[in-house]
Amino acid sequence: MTDIQDPTRVQLPPPNKRPDAAFFGASAGAGFIIAALVAFIGIFLLVTAIPSLRKNTVNFLTSTQWQVGEGDLAFGIAGMLWTTALSSVVAMVLAVPISVGVALLITQYAPRVLGNTVGFLVDLLAAVPSVVYGLWGAAILAPAVQPFAQWLQDNLGWFPLFAPGLASSGSVFVASIVLAIMIIPIVTAISRDVFEQTPRDHIEAALALGATKWEVVQTAVLPYGRSGVIAASMLGLGRALGETIAVMLILSTTNDTSINFSLFAGGETFASKIANNAAEFDSATKTGAYVAAGLVLFVVTFAVNAVARVIAAGGKARS
Amino acid sequence: MSLSKERNDVTMTRLAKLAALAAVGTLSLTACGGGTTVTTTAATSAATSTSTAATLACPTGKLVGGGSTAQKLAMETLTSNYAAECGNKATIEYSGTGSGAGIKDFYNGQIDFAGSDSALKSEPNKDNVIETDKVEARCSAPGWNLPLVVSPVAFAYNLTGVDALTLTPAVIADIFNGRITAWNDTAIAALNSGVTLPDTKISPFFRSDESGTSENMQKYLAASAPTNWTAEPAKTWEGTAGEGKKGTQGVADGVKGVEGGFGYIEWKSATDSQLGIAAIDNGDGAVELNADSVGKSLLAAEAAGSGNDLAIKLKYTDLGAGAYPAVMVTYTIVCSTGLAADQTAVLQDFLTYVVDPDTQAGMVDLGYAPLPEELRAKVATAVAAIK
Amino acid sequence: MSGPGTLNLQRPTGRRTFVDVTMRVLAWLAAGIAIVPLVWILYTVISRGAPLLFTAEPDYTRVCTIADRPADKSEAAFQRVTESDCTGANPDASYRWVVGGSYVAVGENLRADTNSVSRDPSGRAGTVVGMPGSEGAGSIRTPSLQWWTTDLGATPDQVPGGGVKHALIGTLWIGLISSVIAVPLGILGAVYLVEYARGKRSAKVVSFLVDILTGVPSIVAALFVYAVLITTLGWSRSTLAAGLALVLLMLPTVLRSTEEMLKLVPDSLREASYALGVPKWKTILSVVVPTAFKGIATGVVLGMARVMGETAPLLILLNYARNTNWSPLSNTMGSLPTMIANAANLPQSYPGADRGWGAALTLILLVMGLNLLARWIGRSGKLKER
Repeated sequence: MTDIQDPTRVQLPPPNKRPDAAFFGASAGAGFIIAALVAFIGIFLLVTAIPSLRKNTVNFLTSTQWQVGEGDLAFGIAGMLWTTALSSVVAMVLAVPISVGVALLITQYAPRVLGNTVGFLVDLLAAVPSVVYGLWGAAILAPAVQPFAQWLQDNLGWFPLFAPGLASSGSVFVASIVLAIMIIPIVTAISRDVFEQTPRDHIEAALALGATKWEVVQTAVLPYGRSGVIAASMLGLGRALGETIAVMLILSTTNDTSINFSLFAGGETFASKIANNAAEFDSATKTGAYVAAGLVLFVVTFAVNAVARVIAAGGKARS
Repeated sequence: MSLSKERNDVTMTRLAKLAALAAVGTLSLTACGGGTTVTTTAATSAATSTSTAATLACPTGKLVGGGSTAQKLAMETLTSNYAAECGNKATIEYSGTGSGAGIKDFYNGQIDFAGSDSALKSEPNKDNVIETDKVEARCSAPGWNLPLVVSPVAFAYNLTGVDALTLTPAVIADIFNGRITAWNDTAIAALNSGVTLPDTKISPFFRSDESGTSENMQKYLAASAPTNWTAEPAKTWEGTAGEGKKGTQGVADGVKGVEGGFGYIEWKSATDSQLGIAAIDNGDGAVELNADSVGKSLLAAEAAGSGNDLAIKLKYTDLGAGAYPAVMVTYTIVCSTGLAADQTAVLQDFLTYVVDPDTQAGMVDLGYAPLPEELRAKVATAVAAIK
Repeated sequence: MSGPGTLNLQRPTGRRTFVDVTMRVLAWLAAGIAIVPLVWILYTVISRGAPLLFTAEPDYTRVCTIADRPADKSEAAFQRVTESDCTGANPDASYRWVVGGSYVAVGENLRADTNSVSRDPSGRAGTVVGMPGSEGAGSIRTPSLQWWTTDLGATPDQVPGGGVKHALIGTLWIGLISSVIAVPLGILGAVYLVEYARGKRSAKVVSFLVDILTGVPSIVAALFVYAVLITTLGWSRSTLAAGLALVLLMLPTVLRSTEEMLKLVPDSLREASYALGVPKWKTILSVVVPTAFKGIATGVVLGMARVMGETAPLLILLNYARNTNWSPLSNTMGSLPTMIANAANLPQSYPGADRGWGAALTLILLVMGLNLLARWIGRSGKLKER
């Protein structure tokens, strides 16, 4: 047979580079657009806010006033910043220990099936839309925790955080509880992932030394997962800072221009203030003032999330 | 609490009548005597009465309006009742987006009519927009402000054992600014001899969202108690005391939830929540909130527009005896001409339904006051003149 | 926290055992606390909302009443009396018809805010039912799919009936608009990160910015779209604008899950394809992406679940409508979250408030259903790999 071809003579068609280039262009373009969106958000918010900031007659960062309707513009974010920070931090203080406990239960204590069930149920909490949390928080939870809130005010009122506040139950305290419930699934899911990755060696070494279960957790699991838990908490914090409708439906506002340190006072967060007044965005200057508040929220959440990523990356690098 | 129970029953019979209409979908309207007293017979005899409703043409078409949230409930009910009257031939949508947004959407041609808490302004606003000019450009003809929904505002309180309460604008202003903090304050006691006032703390509630209700109430307080209320009236509430709740129902819930609560809310919310409503002494003796007393204060208002532009300027002082001063008038803003023919037909027919005397009498059930006959006739003329 | 060096090598003392047991109890307690709100919320929403989803009230209920005249005879109300009064026992008693299916107990006045009294509806459209014999308060409901097939255009907040058709259409439109834009963009972005830029500096930057985008609050995304489309370009509020804002929230979810999946596709598959002379773009489209398909689908479904439950952007970018509206370009549209938010501002005794709980249950079913679907797709994907 003579028709055995020389392998070198196989003629592949010359590769057509054009579709490859087009596809690369499309995907690189998508990557670029997504990256550019973040910058665009900042830029557009800034551009929209600047005209109003120029007309502002008080210090934007330190004033607690909010006059954006008729007359001179006078708006500042100090009050909102305080309420936002207080409600989110309290939510974190409530949520993180619970989440870590749940994550430890799932990964270390509970039998596998039970652990998975608990994990599934906690995940379902994340599937409840925030407006439902708001409706439930305002209509059901707030009246239910009011007696406890009243007891705290009556008995521990000397402590500034528990000083007597609102007459109604629409306080930062209730908002914080609801925010805590909303961030539990986030912090739990991430903590659970890092705890699960604790090297088997570390655990077995501790067990071999005669450690109790808690000592294993204390000496092997927690140190290994610490940066992950911190990063998870920061992500939860970011979520709490920007939560809108649940807070809006719960919180009472006040016109008191001094900052009230009590948990039982009312107030407005950045997000709730913007959403509460969205229906009356009727002039560019007024809108600009709210956009300026939104810009601050953007910057704050940007910072919190960036810190979370850096911590998480640091943790990964070390392990 | 026998007083509030009776009041509640009145609402029931009137609401009954209106809902019967809403549910029935025939062309008959109730023959109601108007005024404040509707008896059982009036409500049940609705079945046999005939009326002016034959004038409805019931064209088909779609109309979108929006704006003031203060007239949202009225518009929702009026549009669905009109749809029922006409067997759902036309769709009319009204969304509460806020007065400013409503006017803006209207002159930008995105909606067909606007609801607003204030008439179109002819001076440039902060963004250098002259609303009347913009509307004229959109319609190629002047826009008209038609006062259609009259919304009395109740000063509602929650005090066990206190069935009647009289307040003055000065006292109200002081409560909202935190200068009067207890219900047995001498200023309140002086107005209510014979009423045992408890020493309960006053917990004032206000609207946290921007609203025409807040603006109008501040205008009222600033006009009738200028030394006590010094803040510039704005859509945001400027009182320094108490706590803000979203929407009129939020305020009503707040007042209801706290013994000693006090707030300004729309009439309907106050009766729904079975709260006490304070009578207002505006200088001519205590006046209770009812359709008659609101009508009196509307009659005292001055015309601010000309021709068929029926913008009015409410007076807050020197209203004379028996006039309830805390009232806000919200407008329906329409093109005098310029909409597409089929839309004009729907708009005109719908507005004809709204200014019908029977429909107006039924407004009380929704917590709005009927237009006084004189003003109603003017609006009806203007509606008929829309081309 | 003590380091490993402080470990006590003796058998657990009482104190160590005590701490161990305490911590064990605390972990269980934490799980209990975390699950309480879920149960509580679901209980509330189901108990208030479930009856609405598959049953409907009749249009009218016949109630035997007498007119209850107060002493001064100025105003009147209707008081419910027993059925036997209307069949001859009491000449003053007569039937009246209540709109909807709720009725009060014998001896009570028909409630002003929820009961509307009608004239005799016989001969007109609508169902009329008599009341059951019981003398207590109650409500008549019959199986029906009315909830899914009607809107609120002809049903004001104080009247029973109506449904969520308008809101469901809006919510599905919003999910669709966001997906149509976010899914291709997210997948392409992930392809870029994994297939083209893996390990490069540009991948790190894009990846970091995607993380930031994940954390952007929905209200900020909404304000951004408001600033661009409405303030700058002069659009009006619309479903499209709301959908665009939600793209920002859906993008990172789709991108991240796609990226994770693409990373799992073994290089041997890619190499086999290259060896056959298949160009890179075709390898990605016909080998890599299909292999990772289930993971990508999981991300898409999770992303849709997230955007359909969002409320804040809808408050800013969309006007709520009660009528059915099919066009995403018109400036009013119903949606489940805004329907709930509106109902939150009604007296609890209004039928409209009950519809709010019904809408909440509908939304939870939709969002949880999508979440479970994503979980199921993800699990079946894993099985196939094995």
